[in-house]
Amino acid sequence: MADTVIHEPSAEATHLRHHFASVEQQMDASTLGMWTFLVTEVLFFGGMFAAYSVYRAMYPEAFASTSEWMDIKLGATNTAVLICSSLTMVLAVRAAQLNQRRDLIVNLLLTMFFGSVFLGIKAIEYHSKWVEHLVPGFNFQYEPAQYAHNAQILFFLYFCMTGMHALHMIVGLGLLTYLLIQSIRRVYTSYYFAPVEMIGLYWHFVDVVWIFLFPLLYLIGHRK
Amino acid sequence: MSEHVHIPKVGTLVAVWAALIVLTATTAAVSFLELGEWNIVVALLIALLKASLVAWIFMAVRHAPTLTKLFCIAGLVWLSILIMITFSDYSSRSWTYQAKPWSHAKSAPATQP
Repeated sequence: MADTVIHEPSAEATHLRHHFASVEQQMDASTLGMWTFLVTEVLFFGGMFAAYSVYRAMYPEAFASTSEWMDIKLGATNTAVLICSSLTMVLAVRAAQLNQRRDLIVNLLLTMFFGSVFLGIKAIEYHSKWVEHLVPGFNFQYEPAQYAHNAQILFFLYFCMTGMHALHMIVGLGLLTYLLIQSIRRVYTSYYFAPVEMIGLYWHFVDVVWIFLFPLLYLIGHRK
Repeated sequence: MSEHVHIPKVGTLVAVWAALIVLTATTAAVSFLELGEWNIVVALLIALLKASLVAWIFMAVRHAPTLTKLFCIAGLVWLSILIMITFSDYSSRSWTYQAKPWSHAKSAPATQP
């Protein structure tokens, strides 16, 4: 008769804390908490997007003149790289849900690879901005001169927004390293994968921020 | 616990990935067309579509509890409040004061001595 007993996974296996009624409730609480954090992040980046919109509305010609310094090819490549990293991230979450440890590790490594490629391309762009004397406060020189003052505002916003985004990517890479170590240590199972899913949400959010940065900084008004 | 975990199909995820890549190529290509004010509208609409795809499928909002969906919408509402109030400030700063007929009802306008 003993083999007819359905074995519920133990609290140890599911990492169920005593203050939650069920694993499902615990997961819903984690998801809601993560989304609350992401909403604060939306407003954090939203402040910079609002500043960008206000100054673009104030100085449209000066802002349009800066677009020839933005490399659309590198920007589009980086967008594609981040979209690929989002795919591998969601595949990593799926692998964790299905208890496929090898797929989880491979997809985490791929996500970290794409994230690093993004930061590498961003570093190339920052370097060319430095060489072209477009870093406000350090070596800013701009032609045509009548736009120099207002164009400097755009490059200030450019470095703020892409810099904060890159910082989020670096934090994300750190979190992915943590997930990778825990995956290798066999911490995640199909009963317990909440950290993979939550860090996945964060990673996708950072992707979404870039999805808006790309058209605003690289695409609008680059035609003469 | 498998009955309440929604495991996405690989085909769905790859299809969303393909759609995001195609939309990225589209928005880059459209930016080379001369559409005047519509360039910014098209660029933002495509970005909104891409962000919605990422949120709905990759971030699994479609399977999230209603309360979580409500929080996502609340984030968008607060973001629009932030942008609208900022713009209502900056766009009205250059407005000059003009006396309306009813401003003179009680006191005559100040005159230079």
